[in-house]
Amino acid sequence: MPLDVYLNVAVGGVLTGLVYGLMALGLSVIFGVVRVVNFAHGEMMTIAMYIAVVLFSALHVDPLVLLVPIAAVLFAFGYVLQAALINPFVRRPEHTQFLLLVALALIISNALLIVFGPDARAVQTSYALDSMQFGPVIVDTAKVYAGAAAIIVTAALFGFFRFTLVGKAIRACADNYTGALVVGLDVKRLYALTFGLGTACVGAAGTMAVLIIDTTPMLGPGYTLLAFVIVITGGLGSMPGALVGGVLIGVTEAIAGLLFTPSAKSMFAFGILVLVLLFRPQGLLGRRAA
Amino acid sequence: MIGRFTAGVAPRGALLLALLFAALAAAPWFVNDYLLTVLIIILYFAYAGQAWNIMMGFAGQLSLGHALYVGLGSYVAATLFVRYGVGPWFGFLAAIPVAAACGGAIGYLAFRFGVAGVYFAILTIAFAEFARIGFDHFDFVNGTSGLFLPVSEHARTDLWRLRGSPTMFYYVILAATVAAFALCHLLMRSRIGYFWLAIREDEEAARAAGIDTFRYKMIAVMVSAAVTSFAGVFYAFFYNNLFPEQVFGISRSIEIILGPIIGGIGTLFGPILGAFVITGLAETLTSLMSAYGIDLPGAKQVFDGVCLLIVIVALPEGVWPPLARRLGVMKEPK
Repeated sequence: MPLDVYLNVAVGGVLTGLVYGLMALGLSVIFGVVRVVNFAHGEMMTIAMYIAVVLFSALHVDPLVLLVPIAAVLFAFGYVLQAALINPFVRRPEHTQFLLLVALALIISNALLIVFGPDARAVQTSYALDSMQFGPVIVDTAKVYAGAAAIIVTAALFGFFRFTLVGKAIRACADNYTGALVVGLDVKRLYALTFGLGTACVGAAGTMAVLIIDTTPMLGPGYTLLAFVIVITGGLGSMPGALVGGVLIGVTEAIAGLLFTPSAKSMFAFGILVLVLLFRPQGLLGRRAA
Repeated sequence: MIGRFTAGVAPRGALLLALLFAALAAAPWFVNDYLLTVLIIILYFAYAGQAWNIMMGFAGQLSLGHALYVGLGSYVAATLFVRYGVGPWFGFLAAIPVAAACGGAIGYLAFRFGVAGVYFAILTIAFAEFARIGFDHFDFVNGTSGLFLPVSEHARTDLWRLRGSPTMFYYVILAATVAAFALCHLLMRSRIGYFWLAIREDEEAARAAGIDTFRYKMIAVMVSAAVTSFAGVFYAFFYNNLFPEQVFGISRSIEIILGPIIGGIGTLFGPILGAFVITGLAETLTSLMSAYGIDLPGAKQVFDGVCLLIVIVALPEGVWPPLARRLGVMKEPK
């Protein structure tokens, strides 16, 4: 196969990987601060995807326009969920939190199955079949939009954590829980806010994902797992790590799909997970735990 | 041996257990075919839940990928049967080392690097998914098109080859459940069982007390995997068809853990009670829905999820421990 085919596929993989990275970033933010593992992460992305699909088919609103509204809806969902259901579990044993979210994941994906049926749904935008050319590289327009949106949202989130007072307060909670309480931060509210931000990330990622993949109710578990693979690969608690991990997994899957068969591509993502656990357990950009 | 077996058992608990066993042993004479099938499914989940509980309940290692060991047991036994005419009991003997080796590989990878808790759980899911996709592309076992066992006439019961009526399957899974219960009872009161308990409660303290935690966690995973593999052998010969999507799927792993969580993690009787509660309720729901002509795929899973949620929020110990205290049979080291 000529080299430019690989190049095209690799660039497509990078763009898809940016969307993966944004999704995984949500997981990383929630875990890094609240220390709760959102096992319903992929399911929440599926909710966002269905909102985008339904609004598109009913009102023909472009998913790019829906990015902010859907992220806001998912933010509210995550905020309420953390404040009402998860917060009492923050100090409980790890496996209890995990199973709570497993239960939630089971309910979400099957409720979606009941409401929308098992069929795959696609969004046919006006630019769905267009492609762009950058020198020798040809990529799908939809992927370019999705990747660019993922970068913008990620940059906004970085800025929020770095420069705003609330962002700094959230980082303080993550660094030292007791210290944050002592200086009078409303940790409970900040946790809910963080969980909301995490689900907003996954909402934005889901809205972009409908440009790239078809929506089915049972996508959830696969994407939850993918988000974990990315976060562990990139390094736990490292925000740039989530993005790097996402791109790495995106490219790996794209190339594996080209060389072997697309249905076997996630095996390579798991292969990377095993390699990382063997040779660099703290992740590519993670710091070694004390 | 007998002394160890009966030590620390509340007499009332033993009596209740004997009554339950007698009722289950007599059940095929009193129930119709549909109810018998439901009982088979309940006992299947009681058995698999008991096996899962060795890892999570005793040693505190959360596996969310137990479908891997079920699937390996199914495929090893079914392939040997279909391709080489090897009977299921030898198939089970072959499945034990395969499942234990897989469990050992996951354990080695995780425990060597201190991958614990939630990350360990993720690793178990990743391996189960890896196996699912791998078997989808594994032509020797027919990949996605599925592996089928020749269906026999129901008239003749052939216990050696596990071909026969539902009543035969019922007694096989009842015997397996009793055996798993007895094994767990012994393990719980053995030296290993106490080491597991120490690891579950506080791993650092256990290590400080001189327990080789790596070794005993490995034993827990491998024993649990080996015991689980029989559930797979049973599944293959009871249903006669195997699809990677069906046996390795993540929803299968979730189904296995529902019983022990609802019944009570780390208790002996919890997995059995939990299987009766959740499968009983879910089957009631399914038959009610079909009686009213409602066909909603996914409704059972939503129901499972809601039950799981209620138990985790309202009864963190599970159903059995509070019930056992009320019945006055709680003497097990919880």
